[in-house]
Amino acid sequence: MIGLLARTVDNRLRASKFLRSAINHVFPDHWSFMLGEIALYCFVILVATGVFLAMFFDGSSAKVIYHGSYGPLRGVEMDKALESVIHISFDVPAGLLIRQIHHWAANIFIGAILVHQARIFFTAAFRKPRELNWVVGMTLLILAMVNGYLGYSICGDLLSGAGMRIGYSILLSVPVIGPWITFLLMGGTVPVDATIPRMLALHIFLVPALITVLIAVHLGIIWRQMHTNYPGPHRSHKTIVGSRLWPSYTLKSLGLFLLIFAVVAALGGLVQIDPVWVYGPYNPVAILPGAQPDWYLGWVEGAMRLFPGVHIASSGKLWVPEVFFPAVLFPAGLFGLLYLYPFLDELFTFDAREHHVLRLPSEQPFNTAFGCGLIALLVVLEFAGGDDVVAVAGDLSVVEIRAVLRVLVFVLPVITWAVAYALCRRARGRHSGLGAGAGFAEGGGAQGDGMNAG
Amino acid sequence: MSERDRDRVSEPGRTQAHVSDKQSKKAASLPGSLLALGVLLWEWATKTARSERRHPRRAEFASPPPGCAECAEKAKRGAKPSEALKVEPVSHEQIGTFLVVCAFLVALAGGIGFLITYWTGGSNLVLGATLALCFFGLGMTLILWSHLLTLNIEVAEPREPMQSPPEERQTAVEDFQAGANQIHRRGLLKWMIAGASGTFGAIFLTMFRSLGQSPDSTIYSTVWKRGQRLVTSEGKPVSVDMLVPGSTVIVFPEDSIGSEKSQTVLVRVDESLLQLPSDRMDWAPNGNLAYSRVCTHAGCAVGMYETTTHQLVCPCHQSTFAVLRAAEPSSGPADRALPQLPLYADEDGILRAGGGFSDIPGPGYWGMP
Repeated sequence: MIGLLARTVDNRLRASKFLRSAINHVFPDHWSFMLGEIALYCFVILVATGVFLAMFFDGSSAKVIYHGSYGPLRGVEMDKALESVIHISFDVPAGLLIRQIHHWAANIFIGAILVHQARIFFTAAFRKPRELNWVVGMTLLILAMVNGYLGYSICGDLLSGAGMRIGYSILLSVPVIGPWITFLLMGGTVPVDATIPRMLALHIFLVPALITVLIAVHLGIIWRQMHTNYPGPHRSHKTIVGSRLWPSYTLKSLGLFLLIFAVVAALGGLVQIDPVWVYGPYNPVAILPGAQPDWYLGWVEGAMRLFPGVHIASSGKLWVPEVFFPAVLFPAGLFGLLYLYPFLDELFTFDAREHHVLRLPSEQPFNTAFGCGLIALLVVLEFAGGDDVVAVAGDLSVVEIRAVLRVLVFVLPVITWAVAYALCRRARGRHSGLGAGAGFAEGGGAQGDGMNAG
Repeated sequence: MSERDRDRVSEPGRTQAHVSDKQSKKAASLPGSLLALGVLLWEWATKTARSERRHPRRAEFASPPPGCAECAEKAKRGAKPSEALKVEPVSHEQIGTFLVVCAFLVALAGGIGFLITYWTGGSNLVLGATLALCFFGLGMTLILWSHLLTLNIEVAEPREPMQSPPEERQTAVEDFQAGANQIHRRGLLKWMIAGASGTFGAIFLTMFRSLGQSPDSTIYSTVWKRGQRLVTSEGKPVSVDMLVPGSTVIVFPEDSIGSEKSQTVLVRVDESLLQLPSDRMDWAPNGNLAYSRVCTHAGCAVGMYETTTHQLVCPCHQSTFAVLRAAEPSSGPADRALPQLPLYADEDGILRAGGGFSDIPGPGYWGMP
């Protein structure tokens, strides 16, 4: 059977050589190398469930009166988009399950990319020759976040409408071209009927296509460069240690895929997410206290809340409005810095050699401290993004919380930086003090040095 | 049984495939072996697992395992020189088979449960739970298979440097140059490529123009016109004493009820509290103040009113605006006051706009007057 298949294919494609190298491809065994796979498999789930949803979703802002099976909204005027989402949720068999799986998978997709990037960062896997893939990965992270935003913005409910209104204002704030790109992309002043179909086109065609292409590029580069190895015996810049694609890795990876599917299916079935029928239709006059974006945009929201009211105006005209700084400049600067990080690392360590053995966090105090400080910053901002919820929950005043957070946003990252730096230095000292008995990290250091010499 | 297992640990490279075939058939077919499996499972879960965690079960090999026919075969066929570092033998095949079958039965139960639930119109909860069970079982089947019923070999394999050998790179560049030299009038070609790119770029950018209108005069509009009555969302005109001090109502111009941009909040306060600038003293008849309801920060509806502190609060980013002081921002990220609507009462006591908003309502943009 296998022989027949192999013959049939090989007679036409001469595929044996490639097939054999694929079967024997070596993948290191470490749980942290599975993070990217989690993201990949989430994307597969997203595409599959997304196709299902697209069969029912009607991305239109035309107004209809709801007459479906969800009683509380009967007779309410809403966008066709929202009507179709409610139809999927209540009238399509397993529709709610698929919709919630889609939303949960999106959250896990972005979360997995984020943690994956953190793993890359804290082990310096971004060093030459993998700067390329770091750049691809950062772009994938941005695309994933953008598509998440687009996805929950097209539903036409009150929460997505509020998010779209804020997105509109952010786009409008861009210097010089802001009004033009806002009018062209969104089709006029908010709320406009053109917005949902456009966001839908981006959400289901352009961005997923870009993500698909970049995933292919990402995997192609990994295939070519092969994985890194954690420091350890036999690992060096000249050898890779791991198990072969077939059979070990294939079984484990497919098993992981199925387990991820199990997790999102459980979440989709048991844990409610984005109940649009509770929010009701978007109405520019209505408000939704305690409104939050999805968590992966919470840090931008937090920056918008904490940033003091500063704008640039002269001679009676406004030039740069308040939201530009926290919502455009800050994320752009942050991502810009992260994009450049591998190149800066190369520059400041005077090290442009190829690296295939990872640097442990304790071996790179500055990077580790920088990463920890950045995480602290994002955590404070994320917290600030929900300061009203915190205020209500803790019976505190938003003004006081904001005052505290405005201090913490500077202090906490610095403290985290310093503590992480000190801990790394100490860990490093301890390892070298113990000599050969220090174990894995030390052995790895020696391997790494051996590699650098090559 | 356990002795045979130990044998296999010591000779991991043996013809594993045949043994495992026979073994798994036996385990699956003999119900009596269930008891033995239980005992083994107990042993495995207590003694073996604990000791193995401390001393990794993988036997280390400096060279390829002696019996690895596959490796020898590969070496003969000129495979990459690779080194098997560790071989994780299949040490508890019965247990493995038992667990794999269990996991698969779980998957089967989940799958059947899902189908039944689906066809009987069951709830989303049960659908999700059964589907999750099905995939969990399948996933565990594969994971257990890979750990317990697969000979896992850790190998070390040489890496190729990413750099091509210099001569390879040289020939690639030379071939390209040679090809380029076959093209005549290259200078002209360069100009044409530049021209074509420019034209294509211009066409590409122009097509964006189809997307929508240019930012027209509507973005400079202050919405209200002098003399327009303030009406509620039901279209009811508002009189000077409709509100009691401390309350609010959303109002619109008569001709655009429900509009995002023209939404206005009417607040009534005790007149003696007012601290309006001198040029706006007559904008608030009987303590009726009207402000744009679109936040100047990010455009949310400024929908909350704190009666005690006389502040309008935006629910999105918690900007607050002091109602008594012409809606100047009092805390939060907003930095520009909510535009105020001058009001006057006509002879019937109905509130009317005395003109447009004091400023353009809504969030800011480049060149906003």
